[in-house]
Amino acid sequence: MNTQSFVFTGSGGQGVITAAIILGEAAAIHEGLNAVQTQVYGPEARGGATRADVIISTEPIHFPKVVNANVLVCLTQEAYDKFGRIVQPGGLLIVDSLYVRATKNTEARQVMLPMYETTKKEIGNPVVFNICVLGCVLALTWVVTPDSVLSALKTKIAPKYVDMNSKALKLGLDMGEKWRASLGPVAAQKEAAKIKKS
Amino acid sequence: MKRSNVATQKFIQGNEAVVEGALYAGLGFYAGYPITPSTEIAEQLAEKLPARGGKFIQMEDEIASMCAIIGAALTGQKTMTATSGPGFSLMQEALGYAVMAEVPCVVVNVQRTGPSTGIATTVAQADVMQARWGTHGDHAIIALTASNLQDLFRITVEAFNMAETYRTPVILLIDEVVGHMREKLTIPAPGEYQVVDRLLTSVPSGIDYHPYLPREDGRLPMSDFGGVHRYNVTGLIHDMWGFPSTDPAVAYNLIHHLVDKIENMELEIARYQEFFTEDAEILLISYGSSARSALQVVEDRRKQGVKMGLLELNTLWPFPAEAVRRNSAGKNYILVVEMNMGQIYQEVKKAVQNPERVYLANRFDGIFISHNDIGKVLNLIQGKGV
Repeated sequence: MNTQSFVFTGSGGQGVITAAIILGEAAAIHEGLNAVQTQVYGPEARGGATRADVIISTEPIHFPKVVNANVLVCLTQEAYDKFGRIVQPGGLLIVDSLYVRATKNTEARQVMLPMYETTKKEIGNPVVFNICVLGCVLALTWVVTPDSVLSALKTKIAPKYVDMNSKALKLGLDMGEKWRASLGPVAAQKEAAKIKKS
Repeated sequence: MKRSNVATQKFIQGNEAVVEGALYAGLGFYAGYPITPSTEIAEQLAEKLPARGGKFIQMEDEIASMCAIIGAALTGQKTMTATSGPGFSLMQEALGYAVMAEVPCVVVNVQRTGPSTGIATTVAQADVMQARWGTHGDHAIIALTASNLQDLFRITVEAFNMAETYRTPVILLIDEVVGHMREKLTIPAPGEYQVVDRLLTSVPSGIDYHPYLPREDGRLPMSDFGGVHRYNVTGLIHDMWGFPSTDPAVAYNLIHHLVDKIENMELEIARYQEFFTEDAEILLISYGSSARSALQVVEDRRKQGVKMGLLELNTLWPFPAEAVRRNSAGKNYILVVEMNMGQIYQEVKKAVQNPERVYLANRFDGIFISHNDIGKVLNLIQGKGV
């Protein structure tokens, strides 16, 4: 597959849009892929259910919004209830196990991970929750390398916060890898999931 | 250390691409009043313009903003303001003044749903006719648009170039989707894109300067207001000294000049892109963010063996009738894709030889038109149901 689409949803302030921008920048600037990022921009974006889309592809991207997501991330129950159905059959639905009770009978693979609780426990500051989420997404999709994400991150944050963000990313990566490993040999999955770069 | 003379890549919003394009073109003065969905332009320029020695002023409203960029332009600066529908309405009177006084400046309208304050945060392309006829009286105008960041950067530079070349306000008519969408922009190195500078008079100090006496090529060299020449600037019909006149011959010649200097240059000003048009049996015509959805349809249907093409317009005014007519000739039918009730659709019908074959695929409810929306209209035209 040469195109992957991601939708990050949650509540205003959780950093879902920031996560989407960092993923898009990592792909477009640091991996030479095409990427387009959009967000639902409206009054409901404040407090209610926020949504940010990213499309990453080896091909030019025309229609900039996601219709059926390969990967859907839901960080609140409200976002899950509102956007839960846009993940495509066989896609990946990643939810935070503290905030979301996944009830929908989708044909996507559901991944419930304690991302918020782990961030709070291990780092002590929930501000990097979104970066932990991004780590999980990377571990489960390998769409870009963690190094590319770190490079993109460094252009957006003050040097003194780089360490905390790196830790959060690693936390997410480990959580995702662990879940991955429960499915069988990781190397084979990695090969199958690769975006083929020309 | 990054060398300043090499191209740089950024992952930014469309509004930021306008900022980068304006700075590349030599913007020296910005006056504006923030309004969604254009605010990022003011926000970014408030930081970047003073850092380059330019001036940024947040004005009390859009009327004052437009007036300020006219004044600053006359003193020799390249100037810009940015707004959205409600603010663009307020600017119309002064926009007409800039047309009449032949003041080069760039007005960005990041279109949102109207009329009036409409929906502040959703997309529309319904100010196309306002850009053309929002200010009163016979006149011509240049309006440009783009669907992706690289084009948007280029067309912003061209907006400044055309403003200088034709001594006219140029409207950069983008929309919320393009303004807020992030993708990669490669900023060209200085010199890579042509930048047109102000044409200044060679008349020395102490010699009479005629601000409205065209050269043989029709262009009017300027003199920085407040500099070595004294001259008058007015919104009234005026003679070659810039002084008011009610002489019918003066009025006739001036109005002709204001219209002809742009309308006669349709071919020079026309910017458009042809995608798969050569062997196309069906032609889509679109612009701005709608053109992205239209191109998606074309690529999808091409994979199914349908001979379809897209004409993407980057110049909206003066309407590129020749390009539309040429690309539409011999097509089975033509589908205009836009987010309004048919503003460019009517222009296309006027331009082509077979207007009965022109159809419209549109949305005007604040929802970004998708390839599925366009596909449904195509199916209807082809008798395949929805």
